[in-house]
Amino acid sequence: MATTDAGLASDAHEQPGHGHSDHGHGDHDHPSYLAHHFDTPEQQFDSGKLGMWLFLVTEVLFFSGMFCAYAIFRAWRPEVFEGCSQFLNTKLGAINTGVLLFSSFTMAWGVRCAQKEQHKLLTVMLATTLSCATVFLGVKAIEYSHKWHLGLLPAGLFSYDPSNPHPVGGPNYLAYICAPFVAITIGVAIWLVVSFLRGAKFQLECAKPLLVVCLCFFVGVGLGTILESGGEEGHHEDDHAVVASTDGAAPEHGEAHSHADGDEHAEHEEPAAEAVASLPAAGAMSNDSADLAVLERLATDATNTGLQDELAARKAQSERSSGGILYDVSDDASATVASAPENVLRPSRAGVFFSIYYCMTGIHAIHILAGIGVLVWLLVRSIRMDFNRNYFGPVDYVGLYWHIVDMIWIYLFPLMYLIR
Amino acid sequence: MSAGSVPSGYEVNDPGYPTPQENYLTNSKGILSWAFTLDHKRIGMMYLIGVTSAFLLGGLLALGIRLHLFAPDGILFNNALFQWLAPDKAPNDIYNQVFTLHGAIMVFLFIIPSVPAALGNFLVPVMLGAKDVAFPRLNLSSFYLWVGGALFFVMALLASGLDTGWTFYTPYSTTTDSSVILATTGAFVLGFSSIFTGLNFIVTINTMRPPGMTWFRMPLFLWATYSTSIIQVLATPVLGITLLLLIAERTLHIGIFDPEYNGDPVTFQHFFWFYSHPAVYIMILPAFGIISELISVHSHKRIFGYRFIAYSSIAIALLSFIVWGHHMFTSGMSPITTIIFSALTFTVSVPSAIKVFNWVATMFKGSISLTTPMVYAIAFIFLFTIGGLTGLHLGTLATDMHLHDTYFVVAHFHYVMVGGTVVAFLGGVFHWWPKMVGKMYSEAGGLLSAALVFIGFNLTFLPQFILGSRGMPRRYATYDPEFAPLHQMSTYGALILGVGLFVALFVLLMSLYNGKKAPANPWGGATLEWNCTSPPPFYNFERPPVVGDPYEFGDIRWDTELDRYVKVEPQRERVPLETPAETPAHASE
Repeated sequence: MATTDAGLASDAHEQPGHGHSDHGHGDHDHPSYLAHHFDTPEQQFDSGKLGMWLFLVTEVLFFSGMFCAYAIFRAWRPEVFEGCSQFLNTKLGAINTGVLLFSSFTMAWGVRCAQKEQHKLLTVMLATTLSCATVFLGVKAIEYSHKWHLGLLPAGLFSYDPSNPHPVGGPNYLAYICAPFVAITIGVAIWLVVSFLRGAKFQLECAKPLLVVCLCFFVGVGLGTILESGGEEGHHEDDHAVVASTDGAAPEHGEAHSHADGDEHAEHEEPAAEAVASLPAAGAMSNDSADLAVLERLATDATNTGLQDELAARKAQSERSSGGILYDVSDDASATVASAPENVLRPSRAGVFFSIYYCMTGIHAIHILAGIGVLVWLLVRSIRMDFNRNYFGPVDYVGLYWHIVDMIWIYLFPLMYLIR
Repeated sequence: MSAGSVPSGYEVNDPGYPTPQENYLTNSKGILSWAFTLDHKRIGMMYLIGVTSAFLLGGLLALGIRLHLFAPDGILFNNALFQWLAPDKAPNDIYNQVFTLHGAIMVFLFIIPSVPAALGNFLVPVMLGAKDVAFPRLNLSSFYLWVGGALFFVMALLASGLDTGWTFYTPYSTTTDSSVILATTGAFVLGFSSIFTGLNFIVTINTMRPPGMTWFRMPLFLWATYSTSIIQVLATPVLGITLLLLIAERTLHIGIFDPEYNGDPVTFQHFFWFYSHPAVYIMILPAFGIISELISVHSHKRIFGYRFIAYSSIAIALLSFIVWGHHMFTSGMSPITTIIFSALTFTVSVPSAIKVFNWVATMFKGSISLTTPMVYAIAFIFLFTIGGLTGLHLGTLATDMHLHDTYFVVAHFHYVMVGGTVVAFLGGVFHWWPKMVGKMYSEAGGLLSAALVFIGFNLTFLPQFILGSRGMPRRYATYDPEFAPLHQMSTYGALILGVGLFVALFVLLMSLYNGKKAPANPWGGATLEWNCTSPPPFYNFERPPVVGDPYEFGDIRWDTELDRYVKVEPQRERVPLETPAETPAHASE
């Protein structure tokens, strides 16, 4: 109770209305880091921690809607999910998983540093966590731009053409994604130079790690580019991922296709299973006589949009007067399963996988961006040496948030990349 | 009884009146001191003004609906004035937009934030004995999120209206030309406002309780707020992602909800009601809390079955998450699912009935003063009972097939939302108004408003039960002439209800000009907010409050000398603080 009284007495001097945000400065009973309405630092810490946990609960529920959508649509169209999953580059996903796990480790270490008042090490840990975040985004930029280039888009915009899986030209999506990061990097670099020239020590201290963080985005982009094109030569499962060069050109797909073709045929014996499993290897499919007619129908117009495609597919469906929800039953009795790949590649069906993929990974990426925002704030405060053994709450809360972002990715990775 | 009869070792605690420097309303001046305030009381007052404006807007739209339905072919939106205002819109389109905006504004902008955000913000820390909520800045930002969400709704209204119904059902919401994206963005933003308020209250109640304030010494309003906050935190994110996916569906055609792209509209309904059914309890649970306080204080009797009321709030909060399917009995769920949801729906009536029985038992042999808040509370019990019991007709599969999407549903949820929440909200505002502004209102005016609201409300919505059971579908702009008498009755009722609400507003606003100064404890309440001056000082309490039983009225005495209620407390040492200017002479006794 005594502390309450002291708090009341000291706070009575404050100008209410305004003085709130700068609570109780310079009061010995009420340290500068303790907000006026709390009695003790413990109470403040507990409140913040409970609030953060509750916020994480809302985050989990926020994502739960999309996990539900994933479960529903995967239960309805398992072949679509398994087929489309092969368009995702497992190596890039795995790299990103590792990067995020490592960043969670450095974040947790950072919390420990804050508690032990190791200010230098805390700054290093936060900068490392931030760098991992930007590497993650760099890799993601490669993944996204590559898929957009191929036309692997949400249902309504889906324009992937199995007969022409590596379109030449088109907008350079990677450049669009990178542009803001380039701008920010240049900005930070200028800030660094200016603060160096003006001798602003604190600003220089802030700008140095931030420049490293910005540059790490391009490390991620480079890493992604190498792995994406590496997949082309080494592993045929990723042969659809041929187009990895940043200028959007597609080097030598033909060779890769024929190679993949033979490989896939050798691997799978049962024709139906092969048709499903090999479907992303579009080159292989286009050479398969059983599916040729279907693919021709789909691919008559290379510029077809998702909507046109959908209408065409519907027309075809009504012509055959089939009733199945998942499969079109064609005249050929054995074609129920064999025509599954066709269903998979029909825009509306393949599109729903990518709809869910973009919603989930996109909102996850937005969370990464938000995390970068709060981590930068922490980095600046850590350089200012705001934290001590009695006041490390913000580091702890941001750490919790960062772990949940990591956790969500740990669920997304197998559910999206590893279901073939 | 006067202060003279105080036993030895006890003292009279009467905080008197606040000085302008202490009074939270006047201790700092200027528009910026309000715009950037972190004081929960000021934020609560700003919310009160905001939700009242939303209520006025939504209410005017409701009057528009009722006036249009006065004649079978409509009389309002097809007259010359509306044709001149919106020449390119058919009267029925205008009607669709008006009822949609009425619903959306009332649900998202008024009812959900009404009690928790407006009254809750003002009362939670004071009732708890805390100085503020745990996160004052988050509190202010949630108010501004509310403002932002409201602006989105106004933009939707001005851009091209909204005609999907407040439920945004697909596939219509993915194909209509009206401003679905603006409105859903608004609802998304408002959702975060609601989440942050709920989060703040949970943390405040968990960590900011002063010594002595145990869970079972908390006033029941706090239990109700706590249960509400649980729902706000757990359900609202699901609405958020649903609306986000709806926006993505409209812009990118993601094919999750839109059958055009092989999506599933019923999935949208499941997602939507997973939030929106619990949201119904966000609307009604805080009203239960208000009624528990009102009934007990104005009956001057300990609340009956404290723990049952407390636990039933939590039970309702938890049950609310597993009954959403009863909105979709006719949407094509499997028979077994509908039976399960129907059975679960009935279980919600148990904790609700427990509350009603406890309130009635509290009044039994109490010393009831028929003040304005008490009259509102009694009206609440009457109206909520009708609203709750008609809910059972809708939870029953066989009758719901007949009554689904008829005026019976409209009447049912208006009995719960208006007869329940709005009446409780008005009762709560009248009850705590002296505390909030420091002025007493005209009791006669308050009673008049309560009578008009009660009569007008019943006249509006009782006929709608009959209309619905005779087959009048909801959301229709025109109807068969045989329904005309009941519709006209309903319209007359709406006008009386409108007058009643304006009388209430007038009485409250007039009290600011000519109201008597309010004492600290005008009703003889025992909860902590009556221990501080009216209006409370900036830090709520001059000295840490002694936490006692919130429903022990034995030590609340009517002091004939002071002409007000005072509290008799065990004597304790005075903490040397600045002495209030108007310390009563006998306080040092």
